[in-house]
Amino acid sequence: MEKRLLLGDEAIALGAIHAGLSGVYAYPGTPSTEITEFIQTNKEAIEKGIRSRWCTNEKTAMEAALGMSYCGKRALVCMKHVGMNVCADAFVNSAITGVNGGLVVLAADDPSMHSSQNEQDSRFYGKFAMIPIFEPSNQQEAYDMMRTAFELSESLKEPVMLRVVTRLAHSRAAVTVGKAIDQNKLTPSTDNAHWVLLPGNARRNYLDLISKQEDMLKASYESNTNDMITINNSDNGKWMGIVACGIGYNYVREALNGIKNNETNYMILKITQYPLPTEAIQKMAAACKSILVVEDGQPVVEEEVKKLVNTSYKLEGRLTGKLPRTGELNPDNVSLALGKENKPVFDPAQNMAGRPPQLCQGCGHRDVYAAIGEVVKEYENARVFGDIGCYTLGALPPFKALASCVDMGASITMAKGAADAGLWPAIAVIGDSTFTHSGMTGLLDAVNDKSNVTIIISDNLTTGMTGGQDSAGLNKYEAICLGLGVEPEHVRVVVPLPKNMPEITQILREEINYKGVSVIIPRRECIQVAARHARERAKQNNK
Amino acid sequence: MKKDIILCGVGGQGILSIATIIGEAATEAGINLKQAEVHGMSQRGGDVQSNLRLSTDPIWSDQIPTGETDVIISMEPMEALRYIGYLSPEGTIITNTKPFVNIPNYPDEAALMNELSEMNNVQLDIEAIATELKSPKSANMVLLGMAAPYIEVLSVEQLRKAVSVIFARKGEAVVEANLKAFDRGVEASKK
Repeated sequence: MEKRLLLGDEAIALGAIHAGLSGVYAYPGTPSTEITEFIQTNKEAIEKGIRSRWCTNEKTAMEAALGMSYCGKRALVCMKHVGMNVCADAFVNSAITGVNGGLVVLAADDPSMHSSQNEQDSRFYGKFAMIPIFEPSNQQEAYDMMRTAFELSESLKEPVMLRVVTRLAHSRAAVTVGKAIDQNKLTPSTDNAHWVLLPGNARRNYLDLISKQEDMLKASYESNTNDMITINNSDNGKWMGIVACGIGYNYVREALNGIKNNETNYMILKITQYPLPTEAIQKMAAACKSILVVEDGQPVVEEEVKKLVNTSYKLEGRLTGKLPRTGELNPDNVSLALGKENKPVFDPAQNMAGRPPQLCQGCGHRDVYAAIGEVVKEYENARVFGDIGCYTLGALPPFKALASCVDMGASITMAKGAADAGLWPAIAVIGDSTFTHSGMTGLLDAVNDKSNVTIIISDNLTTGMTGGQDSAGLNKYEAICLGLGVEPEHVRVVVPLPKNMPEITQILREEINYKGVSVIIPRRECIQVAARHARERAKQNNK
Repeated sequence: MKKDIILCGVGGQGILSIATIIGEAATEAGINLKQAEVHGMSQRGGDVQSNLRLSTDPIWSDQIPTGETDVIISMEPMEALRYIGYLSPEGTIITNTKPFVNIPNYPDEAALMNELSEMNNVQLDIEAIATELKSPKSANMVLLGMAAPYIEVLSVEQLRKAVSVIFARKGEAVVEANLKAFDRGVEASKK
């Protein structure tokens, strides 16, 4: 068997390729991006013709994957946790239609918000849609589970979720890999009643979904990675129960290895597949004096276990403060919950300063913010509504330019709402990729309302923050804005460079003073991507 | 036997290529490895670190517990100090001495180097050496060379071989330049 050193994300990707995947659909988002990137560049995936181009957003990705599944083929949708919000309509309804070919929805959560604006737990979505959820505890399980997940999806005829967190997505370990199986043949569904969600059909399908819940629970019991492990340290009869989900299990084992002269015995239920095997937990509660729930993200399992035991039972976890209510698990906080404190030996350094991320030197967004900074000083009530991307860093010094940053596309619609309320100037700053992801519909609203807003689409020809992936609207931005009804004389394109500052600031003033929708497009390629393109060209020339 | 390593520096300094080489050597030698990286926002000129765990026994957590890090390998002196809370009592810091100043409140350099010198450490201006070797891009290999004798779970020779394997696809000249840089680092480390 071949062993390969893989990131969690790469293990998922290779697992999918080897499980007979026909297409991956995704919008980039940390920590999920590397899954699709791996499939895009993997030789085996290219030879097999696996569809892998980036999608405009998570909703288009989810729906296209459902279309592929409709045809009997295996499809994978990948996104970061907040992408689940974007595709929620399609996602929840895909459990009502059910699937034909296997459909796996991969959600990568980001507890501690390393690169995110919240730490929502995607397991809630899985539960909400009433489908099985897989949560691997390591890279090997991530690889192996992909095949199990596709098989379960096809046997239940339902989508399944695979949930990971940043620390698994972005951690590398050796994985034993197998051989690929063939892709499914094209077998489009003929069962229209299942796919046309008119109320009459949907009611039947919903009952069908509910009737499958028992099979889903049975699959959780039969899972070979949902394991009960006992650690017998003494004959004193003192037993502690631990429910350890996903990578939480690793921190538990790490901590227990570090406790010297430990006389407690442990029953550990390792959870890697949901619905939660509740009977096993009830047995644990009967045998142990207390239960600690160790889960990364929100207290999803802890809340469920709470319902299984009586109110006087000693149940601990994030809700009781035994583990921190927010932020990711780590070996230290899990160790502390198990009774051992890991203390630093050395005091914190004296000569230390924070080093926050910042826009690259030479980045076009810098010139955009320099111009905005100069112009907004001239208006008493000017507000700049920001969006999601590298340019969110415009909120930090030295620019401190942004009044808000909420979700993909919200810059335009919040500026519109603020303008409706009477604020002027109301300025939106949004990136090219974010604009096509979720900004276009908001722009249409602004045009229809003749809102007095100035929208800056800072176009760096790429999806920069996640590492320079294709931008869906490349070379189409003026056409999109005109098509949505922005007046041609108020679609202005500039090149963000220090030498063009007088021109850019002048155009900004003009468009702020215009009482209607203006779009300014500062356009210059991301310097990281430009450097990569230069390297690729040099490589081509050397051949 | 285990070695827990923190690799650190500033986003864009190339700490992940050091991790790749140690990873290659570990896989070749059949040593267990887990390596947690940071991707995304912090790569834009912010502080970055990677937890790299090597062991002959199974490794559970992807992250190193506080107070158990054996070696801090840093591309930047202040960044080396950022993680001393994770260092074990016998732990060593292997660091570049040249500050990367991209913040207005960077601490006083003399005081910083003084604080660093009180720790168990090996320090060197790796960029000066790489420039002297006419191979400025291989500064991180000088650093890996300096760290090599401290990794112990893997031998210096195993790491050296991994340098050639990883750079092989870039041609012989690149391999040679990086091996030279690595060797200079090993030499400096033994002084």
